[in-house]
Amino acid sequence: MVMFFLKRMGEALVTVWGVVTIVFFITRILGDPITLFVPIGATNAQIAALTHSYGLDLPLWKQYIHYVIDILHGNFGKSFIFGYSALQVVLQRLPATILLASTALFLGVLSGTIAGAVAALKKGGIAELTIMAVAVLAQATPTFWLGIMFILWFAVHLHWLPAGGYGTLSNLILPAATLGVFVFSSLARLLRSSILDILQEDYIRTARAKGLYPTTILCWHIARNALIPITTMVALLTGELLGGSVVTETVFGWPGIGRLTIQAIQASDFPVIQAAVFIDAALFVLINLSVDLLYQFLDPRIRSRG
Amino acid sequence: MTAPLLEIRNLSIVFDTAEGPLHAVNNLSYSLMPGETLGIVGESGSGKSVHIMALLGLLPSPPARVVSGEILFDGENLLKLTEKELRNIRGGKIGMIFQNPMSSLNPVLTIGRQILEVILRHTSMSRKQATAHTIELLDLVGISAPASRLTQYPHEFSGGMRQRVMIAIGLACSPKLLIADEATTALDVTIQAQIIDLIQNLKEKSGITIIWITHDISSVSTLADTLQVMYAGRVMERGPFSTVINDPRSAYTWGLLRSIPSPSMHSGQRLYQIPGSPPNMLSPPPGDPFAPRNPFATPRCHRDTPPLRQVPNSLPGHMAAAWYDLPALLSLHPEASDV
Repeated sequence: MVMFFLKRMGEALVTVWGVVTIVFFITRILGDPITLFVPIGATNAQIAALTHSYGLDLPLWKQYIHYVIDILHGNFGKSFIFGYSALQVVLQRLPATILLASTALFLGVLSGTIAGAVAALKKGGIAELTIMAVAVLAQATPTFWLGIMFILWFAVHLHWLPAGGYGTLSNLILPAATLGVFVFSSLARLLRSSILDILQEDYIRTARAKGLYPTTILCWHIARNALIPITTMVALLTGELLGGSVVTETVFGWPGIGRLTIQAIQASDFPVIQAAVFIDAALFVLINLSVDLLYQFLDPRIRSRG
Repeated sequence: MTAPLLEIRNLSIVFDTAEGPLHAVNNLSYSLMPGETLGIVGESGSGKSVHIMALLGLLPSPPARVVSGEILFDGENLLKLTEKELRNIRGGKIGMIFQNPMSSLNPVLTIGRQILEVILRHTSMSRKQATAHTIELLDLVGISAPASRLTQYPHEFSGGMRQRVMIAIGLACSPKLLIADEATTALDVTIQAQIIDLIQNLKEKSGITIIWITHDISSVSTLADTLQVMYAGRVMERGPFSTVINDPRSAYTWGLLRSIPSPSMHSGQRLYQIPGSPPNMLSPPPGDPFAPRNPFATPRCHRDTPPLRQVPNSLPGHMAAAWYDLPALLSLHPEASDV
């Protein structure tokens, strides 16, 4: 168990290092940031001085070594745009992203689980047909379009909710619903097919031959097994949402990590891009790690192997 | 005279398929006395499992449909009961053991829970009493250190051990009837013998009534009082076990018996195979369903369905559905029985 954990930790560190390295080189390909933010008419000497002050005149390998050493010290450098610690810039945006992601997950998981279970248990009925039609449609709808449609209906036409912004519950509803629809469709479809597979299992026949109540069979025999694929899916979705949903945050003007990353890329703000990707990768790896540990509790077959 | 524990009368079941109705069970009738062990033998598709699933109310409907008949168990017609009433019987008065112990236990629930839940469902025992009873049951089916195994999961048990757990589940509520559907088929031969031995002991101790379904006659030889041979959803022959084995009157029984390998066979000798394959039950042949594969079939066999009748000059209860006289035909064609 301890060995298992240490091994997973090691793998996690390697993953984060890999991501951080790839980001370093990709940002260097994007172009020279200095030319973007020197004032018009700056002399070559001024540009050289500025380049030097950010360490961008060093050979690439030296920049990389400095970069890795700095990261190990928790230092991602100063944001070119904001003028203070890039990590701080990113961390300031994190609460907004976490709030949006957790609300969307809560709504999506709740509705997706209920809908998926109903679709599987009422197979062949009108309920299954409706749920699956909605889920497939939702999966096929681009998030940006759905976001815009929500704004159009609920903000522009009905004036029920604000079209964007941050701070109150009413600001949260539309972006959370937009992302929630995405979570809902993934979960409903997965849970339906998982339950249909489980219903075919011999142990469900055994449970029925025992004369157990349908609720006992559902809550113990089906749910305990369906929880395994659902956990995997929720973990993946959590990772995706915590990385900041670029499109939704942009459409609704939500001050999260996704929108920040896009702004930083557009401005070639290397330190912020690097810090944002680092935080994103670290969160993703952390979630994976916790899911691996969670599996130990959900699936006894993994537990005895670990 | 005591009343039968189970009596099946004129049971017919079809499956509605895209190609039309599939006649899985055809006018099946038999009865089972308390304390009797009935061995039901037949190829896959002979209706042996289907009629049991119908009895338990576990047939998926649609596509399955009971066309006619009655299943009287302990004085009640099971086919007339509601799902709720059937649930009270399943696992309670009727215990069930299934074929594949590797997949018949839930992999994410402990062995203890899987036995406990059936006891708590059907008896008024407290959780503490039920746990004690679970330990007794595991001990009864020959699992050592039973108390320590309650918190283990199925994957920590071998196939034979899992089947013992299944038997413990089947017996948990002291059922009047225990049904084992191919309970030893998936197990090694030595484990098979152990399981059959275990059932034999339980039977002697408690006098429980058993239906043992298998496709392998030899696996029921020590267990069954009565042997019933099924084919195409019908009973072809039934009677006291040794009588049927030693004096078969249906050509199908005779074929099944001849296809069992015996130690007296010499090497290189081919095992007998029943020619042809089971009939397509979407359009069953007229007359005796086995006639197309029967080397002794008479013209009448292809025309009329033979009723299940008492075999003349044999023990009472030895019944066969055949128009031909098998012993007479075998004496005319001695080369046929050359093994």
